[in-house]
Order: sequence, then structure tokens, then C-alpha cells
Amino acid sequence: MHMCSQITMTVNGAPIVVPSGTTVAVAMAIAGQICRTSVSGEPRGPLCGMGICFECRVVIDGKPHRPGCQILCKQGMDVKTDE
Amino acid sequence: MNRQPRQQFDVLVVGGGPAGMAAAVRAAESGHRVGIIDDNPAVGGQIWRGESEAGSEASKWIERLQSSGAIVLRSRVFQQPGQRILLAEGDDGIWELSFEKLILATGARERFLPFPGWTLPNVMGVGGLQAMVKSGLPIRGKRIVVAGTGPLLLAVAAYLRQHGAAIPIICEQASWRKLARFSAALLAQPGKLLQGLQLKREVGETRFSANSWPVAANGRTTVESVTISRSGKPETIPCDYLACGFHLVPNIELPLLLGCQIQNGYVRVDDFQRTSVAEVFCAGEPTGIGGVELSLVEGEIVGLSAAGRIAEASKLFGRREKLRRFARSLDRTFRLRSELRSLPQPETIVCRCEDVYYSRLRDQSGWRAAKLQTRCGMGPCQGRICGLATEFLFDWKPDSVRPPIFPVRVKSLSGLTGDSNLELCEITGGRS
Repeated sequence: MHMCSQITMTVNGAPIVVPSGTTVAVAMAIAGQICRTSVSGEPRGPLCGMGICFECRVVIDGKPHRPGCQILCKQGMDVKTDE
Repeated sequence: MNRQPRQQFDVLVVGGGPAGMAAAVRAAESGHRVGIIDDNPAVGGQIWRGESEAGSEASKWIERLQSSGAIVLRSRVFQQPGQRILLAEGDDGIWELSFEKLILATGARERFLPFPGWTLPNVMGVGGLQAMVKSGLPIRGKRIVVAGTGPLLLAVAAYLRQHGAAIPIICEQASWRKLARFSAALLAQPGKLLQGLQLKREVGETRFSANSWPVAANGRTTVESVTISRSGKPETIPCDYLACGFHLVPNIELPLLLGCQIQNGYVRVDDFQRTSVAEVFCAGEPTGIGGVELSLVEGEIVGLSAAGRIAEASKLFGRREKLRRFARSLDRTFRLRSELRSLPQPETIVCRCEDVYYSRLRDQSGWRAAKLQTRCGMGPCQGRICGLATEFLFDWKPDSVRPPIFPVRVKSLSGLTGDSNLELCEITGGRS
């Protein structure tokens, strides 16, 4: 994480730059975006931080329900809030 | 979804935390072909997540694992299709892993209890928030209330402070009396006592309050303040984050799936860490919540046992017993008080996956009825979060575990039957 090479990616359509080693869930937080909307429409973000609760699931490169806290950001990644 | 060629191991280790790493190291150094599976970006488990400081205990074990010859697989076990075979899903497809001996080191997770506002963004677990910070979340200048119960509270508060956060208060539900008895027990373990003193210094002038717990997280789209009950009096504290977790609970879904006997919530093992199932071993938190030192010694014992080095394994029993005494005192000290059962209000969500309210659950006869009537526990976490809450709130016992024990992509399952035309989507299985 202290290597400090930068990654440029897209979060809900807006570009964002994060240090390498950042997880997708953290990138969402840095961008001020929620990870998912619950079945009754509530905004949700990470809870357990370790791949158990699935509250941080997001859409990554078109694939829904990806666990944001367990996936590292990659150059050019496109992440969206999971509806 | 690709089907990867079958991988064969003498010893397969599930879980890459301290227990799993020590097990893999000891077995691989004995000349066995060892595989170690973990679903996180790197090995080290939760406690050593993101640690790379040279000379640290974590990096010593990571280096030793790398040179041991053990093969690290980044995937997640979801099913046992036959004797001595497990299926795991990774980014690159499904792995079929066969083994002679299996070591389960599946770790633990935090227990979360529902209270009004606990579903707001920026209300996270204590370990959960620490994991986020280790994964790059900047918290300099942020106000973070730390609450719940267990030794993680102090450790994480110290960590957050070191990273520039302000900690207005630490709320521990246990009583001063229990904490005092716990401190006295630490005197018998000089190492733990030193750690405790060091933590206390690092937490510094932060207010620490026993007999205290959160009653509500307040805010519209994110948490803005927390109302706590502090020795019976309510107090509202502005904050940017609430880190709240109620100690740790072992991950026993895979041991249950394999038929391992469970005793008082933990996987029952003998002196050599053997479970009730032949050739299946278990080490670390699933056999009792005891922390990193106990996990390491159990990991070494289990790795040596699986490698047949019985005499060497026996030499570590004494150290393990001493650390287990500490584990038992943790259980006693941080047992949940009954007042916490009255935290949820009728409109408080208990099951976060399916948004099931407390009012819909309190009249159900049990876990199975709640699942059928309300969909509680039927979402992607498969009841791992709400099941622990309802166990405490209503004394419901979870049912048996069914595969897949984690949500897998339908293609992962369809790949097994040769039908690959299904779209990518989630399915859930788990507790029936």
C-alpha cells in the first residue's frame, strides 16, 4: 500500500484516483458513494470488512454483487453502486 | 466459468490467517505437498491484514510460508462433492481440490447486534473499520466512537488513533467488576499484561466507559452521532464513524458441512487438534476464541500432527494450555448482558440482506419459521450476520448447513454439469 503507484478508475461514472492496494469498498468511500441500495431502498456501506456480510457488494465492470472489500482496485476499473 | 484441473495435496489448509499459515508452514517444511486457500487479497488473516513491516511477527510467518513450498490459492470453498474433495471458487474458475488430510483454520467474525440506525453507512464493525483502514480508508481527523465488547475495542481504538482519528469514547458493555477480574487474570500472563499496558498508553486520554453501549446511531444518509447508554444515562456524541462489534464468533459453517462435532459453539478437537471426522483437523478461533498467539501455537501443533510429527507436536501442549486459560477468561469477561436484547425497536432492521424488521421476527417460533415467513437469513450472507443476532435476541438455534456455503455464481455450479448457458447471477444456499 505504501508503494504509492496510483490507479485511475471510474466510480458511478466519475473518475477517481486511488493508491494501489486500495480495495473497491474503500474507493467507494473515498468517492463518497454508497456501495449498494437495500431491498427497501436504504443506502448501505461496508459492515464486516472481511467478505462475510456482503453489504459492500458493488457492480464491477458490469458484473453485479461483487464483494467490494475483497477486491483490489485495478487500472481502468468501472465500479457502480449495486441497486 | 473455467474448470481448473484437479489439484492434489497431502495436506490442504482452509484459511490463511495465523493458524492456517503456521499449519501450512509446519506441514510443508515436513516435506508434504501443502495447499492453503484464502479468499482475501493476501494471506495474514484479519489480524495481519496489510502488515508488511520488516521483522514483524507477521512478515516472519509470511516469508516462512513463501519459502516453505506451500501453494497459496486465492479462492473460497463452497462445497464438498465427495470424500476428500472440496470445491472452491476463485476469480479464474472453480478449483477441485483433493487431499489426504484437511486442516480447517476458518477464523472468526464479529458479532453484530441490531439497534436503531445500525444499518446507516459508516456504522461498521470494530474489526470491520480497522480492515477498511488497512485497505486504504483515510481517517485522519475523523471522530470515531468505538463500542461493543471485547479486547478488540482497545486494540482498534489505539490503531485508529495512531492513524490520526479522534476517539471521543470507547463504550464497553462489560462491567468494571468483570474487567477488573479479567485484568487480574492477565497478571498470570506477563506477555498479555505488557500488551494491555502498551494499549492503555496508546489509547491515552481517550474516555473508556464500562457498563456502556450504543442505543442508537443517528443520521439521515450516514451516521452523524451516536446515543449511548453510559452506566444507565443516555448521552449523544457527534461522530463520523461508529465502530461497533460484540466480540468474536467462530466461522464453523465449513466444519458443520463436513460433519465435525461442535461443543459449546466451538469445533471439538483432541490434543492433536483432530476433529470428530477422520483426517480433518481444526485450529485457531473455531476451536475457541483466543487470539493470535493461541492460533499460532494451535497452527503449529496441527501442522506437525497432520505431518505425523506427533512427538514434536506434544512439546507445544503446555504453551497451548496456558493460552487456552486466557481464552476461557475472554469468554467469561465479555459475555453479553441481557439489557442488549432490548436495543432493537419494532422498526429496527435485523436481517440486513432482506430488510426484515424486528417487529416481524419477535413473534416467530424459531429460526426456520422466521426464514419461511419473513426471508430472514435468506440473503447472500446466508444468516451469518442476523443468525448470530437472533441467536442472542431470541435464543434461536441455527439449522444445519447446506452447500453452497457461500453464494457462488450460477456458472460455477452449471460448469459442473456442463451447462454453461446461464447468465451470471447470485444464488444462495446455506442454512436450511
